[in-house]
Amino acid sequence: MIETVIKAPLPVGEALAIQKNRIAGRDAATRRLAIVTGTHGDELEGQYVAWQLARVLEEKKDALRGTVDIYPALNPLGISTIYRGLPGFDLDMNRIFPGSRNETMYEYIANGIIRDIKGADLCIDIHASNIFLREIPQVRINEKTAKQLVPLAKLLNMDFIWVHSAATVLESTLAYSLNMLDTKTLVVEMGVGMRITQSYGDQLITGILSVMAHLGMLAEPGPAVKQPVVSTDGSVSFLNAGASGFFMPQVKHGDYVKKGQLVGLIADSLDGGTKETLCSPVDGLVFTLREYPVVNEGSLIARILGGIGTNKKKTAVPETEQADEKKSASSVKGGSTAKRKAGLAAKRGGAKR
Amino acid sequence: MRKVKLFTIDALPYRQPIPVYGYRFGSRKKTLAVMGAIRGDEVQQMYVAARLVRKFSELEKQGAFAPDLGVLVVPCAGQFSMNVSKRFWPLDNTDINRMFPGYSEGETTQRLADRIFRALQGYRWGVHLASFYLPGDFVPHVRIMDTGYQPNEEGLDFGLPYLMIRKPHPYDTTTLNYNWQVWETRTFSIYSRTTDYIDEESAEMAADSVLYFLAKKGMLPYKLPEGVRRFLSEKGLLGSELPEGSRTKTVKEENLVNIHNKAGGILIRYHHPADFVREGNLLAEIIDPYTTDVREKIRAPKDGTLFFAHHGQLIAGRSIVFRLIPKERVGK
Repeated sequence: MIETVIKAPLPVGEALAIQKNRIAGRDAATRRLAIVTGTHGDELEGQYVAWQLARVLEEKKDALRGTVDIYPALNPLGISTIYRGLPGFDLDMNRIFPGSRNETMYEYIANGIIRDIKGADLCIDIHASNIFLREIPQVRINEKTAKQLVPLAKLLNMDFIWVHSAATVLESTLAYSLNMLDTKTLVVEMGVGMRITQSYGDQLITGILSVMAHLGMLAEPGPAVKQPVVSTDGSVSFLNAGASGFFMPQVKHGDYVKKGQLVGLIADSLDGGTKETLCSPVDGLVFTLREYPVVNEGSLIARILGGIGTNKKKTAVPETEQADEKKSASSVKGGSTAKRKAGLAAKRGGAKR
Repeated sequence: MRKVKLFTIDALPYRQPIPVYGYRFGSRKKTLAVMGAIRGDEVQQMYVAARLVRKFSELEKQGAFAPDLGVLVVPCAGQFSMNVSKRFWPLDNTDINRMFPGYSEGETTQRLADRIFRALQGYRWGVHLASFYLPGDFVPHVRIMDTGYQPNEEGLDFGLPYLMIRKPHPYDTTTLNYNWQVWETRTFSIYSRTTDYIDEESAEMAADSVLYFLAKKGMLPYKLPEGVRRFLSEKGLLGSELPEGSRTKTVKEENLVNIHNKAGGILIRYHHPADFVREGNLLAEIIDPYTTDVREKIRAPKDGTLFFAHHGQLIAGRSIVFRLIPKERVGK
């Protein structure tokens, strides 16, 4: 059943409405799972999951216990205009939660979303990468909630689990806000912006059925899932462009590379030259790879997970980012200046969800 | 005056390298740094900084600088966006003012924030000529992020009509203002009325307020800015006698009253920032975009001064149409 979660009138003959697909099984009020996606308008990987999961659950309706709410578009205007943020508003939607009933329209909408999801037994917040990078399927968890959430994340059939540090700026995310309200929320990140990778979506749906079985929401055994590598198993190296131009990859996403191996080059299409060759600093797995060819100086080209052994083509987590992020600020106000400096300087834009 | 190249932006394919300049005045001491436009639509902010460059240049020629006064003004570090009519970084739409303190080995806008921040570090005082995330017009004011690192009362020394104290939100922790404070520069954000077009009167007021601040510190000759005096006088905030200091009113942001609309449509505004209104006064109407029928009348919920007004002609429901400083909440 399609329900409207919250809405607000737009200027000219239209309303901004957040809708959900409520799929109720037996004992509908006893348990609730929320599947949310579409916070960033350029991330479409969750659209396949929302569509396919609804079909799978319809087939399994007899086995369903409790309620599954699927929210396919938290930012409908962003999706419809191919815009990552909130049209007409400077802030990223995932920086305005838990929202407010007394501020702007978008904060009012954000608050309505939070109020609707609050109280669910579990929320899964699905993101893709942006249009620039491709990511392997992963779960990202704030270290503050790792103890509670990592066991659930292991059921999601993802390739790895990244337990990241508690940066103050991330306190405005949907996941953080819900977790602080005791609604357990897992953030899934996979694929690339503006595209749908069906195999990743199917992988996640298997994980969702597994976690549903664990929560007692499926009256049948959950499917088998792969064991993810958790962040502490490896360390991550970053490869950033040193020059602007056009990135020509020489490896594939998910390849295992050797230290010194050519990952890609930056071409100068004006004179036919090569501005930069980019080599891997470590032996490891290319778990993030540049997708969009135009690069600026500083553009992220790849993240390579090292320290997991050549015969272990699994993924693990950014130790470097973790180490940095662990230094970052934990509160908005207070603390010594030196401590704050160290924390803020250490922020390296790791887990940006 | 010394024009110095702070750094060069060479980050975009097929764009020519863009130098970012600073203008230094007075001694080599790092007394005050002023940051103008960071975003591509901050035309007013660049213009205020440019006027300051002229004013400082003239004062320096007159020998008016105190011996230990050293000033840096950076009119613009957002050329790459400004020249293509974008507010944020053209390739990925990221906001440099959400990337501070920056990172020299990070992604493009982190690197740019790092270069800007390195140029601005070590100053005793810092002024960011800022723009707001909501489209709207303001009463000119100085804003302080209440981090506990600096005395808020120092904001009174700008002599602007209002001093706004804002408690930082999590997303504020990556702004220039917040990080400048953490790096031990006493930091103030100055908001004039506009962003993407020039408002001469408030630009003059903003530029003069910086001179006034230095005058209060004994580093420039004392003079209440004419623009501020005229503004205060017109709004009935001055008596017949010019006060010794300013008549700046301190307002905590959480005490502002947000005035919302329920209906969407065309906004017809009858009042503007700085207007004093009485409870029940008609402030605006929302009219039907197809018929001009009045959908909603927006009235003042209490006596007070309008601090912020929504800027666009079209307005969605549940927006903030005005922000009002309630009369009883106004500080000293």
